[in-house]
Amino acid sequence: MIDSIKSFMGWFFVTGDPMIYGADASIALASIGIVAVLTYFKKWKWLWQEWLTSVDHKKIGIMYIIAALLMLFRGGVDALMMRTQLTLPNLHFLDAEHYNQVFTTHGTIMIIFVAMPFIFGLMNIAVPLQIGARDVAFPFLNALSFWLFFVGAMLFNLSFVIGGSPDAGWSSYAPYADVEMNPGVGQNYYLLGVQISGIGSLATGINFLVTILKMRAPGMTLFKMPMFTWSILITSVIVVFAFPAFTVALALMTIDRLFGAHFFTIAAGGSPMLWANLFWFWGHPEVYIVLLPVFGIFSEVIATFAHKTLFGYAVMVWSMVAISLLSFITWLHHFFTMGNTAPVNAFFSISTMLIAIPTGVKIFNWLFTLNKGRIQFTTPMLWALAFIPNFTIGGVTGVMLAMAPADYQYHNSYFLVAHFHSTLIAGTVFGIFCGLHYWWPKMFGYMLDETKGKWSFWIFMISFNVCFMPMYFLGLMGMTRRMYTYPAGLGWTPINVVMTIGAFGMGAGFVLMAYNIIWSAMHGKKDATGDPWNGRTLEWSTASPAAEYNFAHIPEVSERDAFAVTKEKRKAGNAGTVKSYAPIHMPNNTGIPVIMASFMFVAGFGCVFEWYWMAIPGVIGVIACMIARSFVYNDHHYISVEEIKRTEAATGRLS
Amino acid sequence: MTESTLSLHEKDRSKMPLEYTTEEGDLRIVGFWIFLAAELVLFGTLFGTYLVLQSHTAGGPTAKDLFEIGPVMAETIVLLVSSFTCGLSTIELRRHNKKGLIGWLIVTILLGLVFVGLEVNEFYTYAVHEGAPISRSAFLSGFFVLLGTHGCHVSLGIIWIIGILLQLGKRGITPVTARKAFMAGLYWHFLDVVWIFIFTAVYLTGLVI
Repeated sequence: MIDSIKSFMGWFFVTGDPMIYGADASIALASIGIVAVLTYFKKWKWLWQEWLTSVDHKKIGIMYIIAALLMLFRGGVDALMMRTQLTLPNLHFLDAEHYNQVFTTHGTIMIIFVAMPFIFGLMNIAVPLQIGARDVAFPFLNALSFWLFFVGAMLFNLSFVIGGSPDAGWSSYAPYADVEMNPGVGQNYYLLGVQISGIGSLATGINFLVTILKMRAPGMTLFKMPMFTWSILITSVIVVFAFPAFTVALALMTIDRLFGAHFFTIAAGGSPMLWANLFWFWGHPEVYIVLLPVFGIFSEVIATFAHKTLFGYAVMVWSMVAISLLSFITWLHHFFTMGNTAPVNAFFSISTMLIAIPTGVKIFNWLFTLNKGRIQFTTPMLWALAFIPNFTIGGVTGVMLAMAPADYQYHNSYFLVAHFHSTLIAGTVFGIFCGLHYWWPKMFGYMLDETKGKWSFWIFMISFNVCFMPMYFLGLMGMTRRMYTYPAGLGWTPINVVMTIGAFGMGAGFVLMAYNIIWSAMHGKKDATGDPWNGRTLEWSTASPAAEYNFAHIPEVSERDAFAVTKEKRKAGNAGTVKSYAPIHMPNNTGIPVIMASFMFVAGFGCVFEWYWMAIPGVIGVIACMIARSFVYNDHHYISVEEIKRTEAATGRLS
Repeated sequence: MTESTLSLHEKDRSKMPLEYTTEEGDLRIVGFWIFLAAELVLFGTLFGTYLVLQSHTAGGPTAKDLFEIGPVMAETIVLLVSSFTCGLSTIELRRHNKKGLIGWLIVTILLGLVFVGLEVNEFYTYAVHEGAPISRSAFLSGFFVLLGTHGCHVSLGIIWIIGILLQLGKRGITPVTARKAFMAGLYWHFLDVVWIFIFTAVYLTGLVI
């Protein structure tokens, strides 16, 4: 009996590596610490009522961002472990298997559990405010999306202490990822964790599409929307049409692994190439899901701090539309070398290069927005300005990779790795940091410290270049991705040393940013006006942080940059008419999303270990929650005029 | 919730069918259409997968060996008739006839149950009697998952409509219950359209080629 328990524990928990034991201990200590603090300060009820059951888009946005920052820390530690291992030839900091797991979790976490939720967080905060709405179209679904993402991320992260991590790369290619070559639970964690959070992403796409199409303030036609809202509208369309393909791909591989089907196996007629096609049919649009929103953020920030309206508004919109269409017909460029015919490669080569045209148009529009502007070098503006040249380098090397014959040289080398980090860090990461600093006062009512913000920017941006510029040359010198060590004497060592220094520099920049967040929480400058940056769009017209109902009166819009226009009118002495308040209709908080997502976690965990006694009750719990929700009729309340008056008076806005 | 430029003025809204008379109903119906668009991509991916793998029988039974037109026609007729009765239920909804609406929805889910029963029987026959389970070949994997996904959708639809029937019985036809019944109808017709593609791309193609 005791022996069988011992052998179960030895298999269930990951053992043998001191670093894992360290992680076990720190997870246990952190969990105990959180529980102790919540209990000591009697905050459980507060946590449940104010956060876990909240359907307020602003709070959901903040929860998304907190979770994404934690995941960024984990993904960053993965990156530093890889860089440590590769600093010098023949190091044994990580063994081959552990290294495979680390690059797999690094990639998956950074894309699925950092980039997407961070962007979802920022759009939750900004989009309803920018269009003058009181919430998203489906607040309940919005909460459910967040909790599905959250439990998906938790399930995926559990893998490194319980059962073992996936090790087939974030793209999880068959047949290696299938059950014949890759038995054990690691790959199941990948499939189910990503699947659960993907369902949440699809729901977010639908939610924001309807919100933006149907809930804009009176007078705000599509072509008067702020550019960030436009970027989210287009991104939502991509999410709706790309994610179901990934849902299917993940489900098929799960069925392969759990029920012995033959979609991607080599035996019994399966087609490993089918996985590559299905994965990248989602995977390439996914690149634009995490890029278009930051294009929107940069458009807002550059216009705000150049104190000009955005140059070429309509062209900006149409170029994003063009990118979104092209993004669906380029997926094959991820595997030019896998035996396609020349005409097929030629088609995808050209479609890929075409994307450079609308993207280039956008770059020039940002430059022309800066032209003759009164540029103010705030922290968000620095991130935006650094994005332009750094991202362009990533774009240009992308065009190099798009040439199919040349790609036979670059494929799977560090040249490729440098390319996609140039786009994803200089694009997405700079963008989410930019948005974080820009909208921080709107989220919390105080500013992040500018001096510390600028220091963290310079350290991170310079280190990024120290890390990734040499990497292009390392790729051209022949080092391929995903090798866990390399022999001396190939001339790779100096570059690897420099890259590791750069990687730790980026880590230092991130730590400084985290310190800035903590410091500013205690000493940050209050934002009493609601408009600390002299902003141009409607989110700056309300208080910081915005009241539960966002706007006491729904704003009326007549032109682009609606708030800038209003401020000019006010200056000219046209203050507008004073209107009386009316009670505001708002959705109730509900515990169903978090409970339903917890059942989803149980079902997912059961499937990972093929414990159907656990998975089936989990699924039944999910369905029971859906039914329970269907019978809830009393799901709204009214905010009284007295309460609105009290809230508005507290921020000095009583009209 | 907020009024927007695109949504109707209250006066015009009151002239709309009941399910569109509140802004919330309007939003949810639009959202549901977008959800169906996503479902279209989901099934499209499954169809693509099936068609790629159709010839990958790995020496096992082929489509021609397995498929028989009789049970397939029975499933098809039952599901198409259920779509018709579902349409009748929407007509009764527009007439605000609670009894008619409930009656036709019950007929619809009964036909749905018959369909699911026939499909389960077909699966059972293939997997147990004909030696063609999901693990036999890539073709059968594609077949079972494509049809199984459709069958699961029908089954979930049945559970959903039962929930709506209970609410209709308790509350009668209100803007909220009307919206739910209308959306379930959209869902049901969508599954019927998917079946027409399955009938053509899976069964007819399989029997001929």
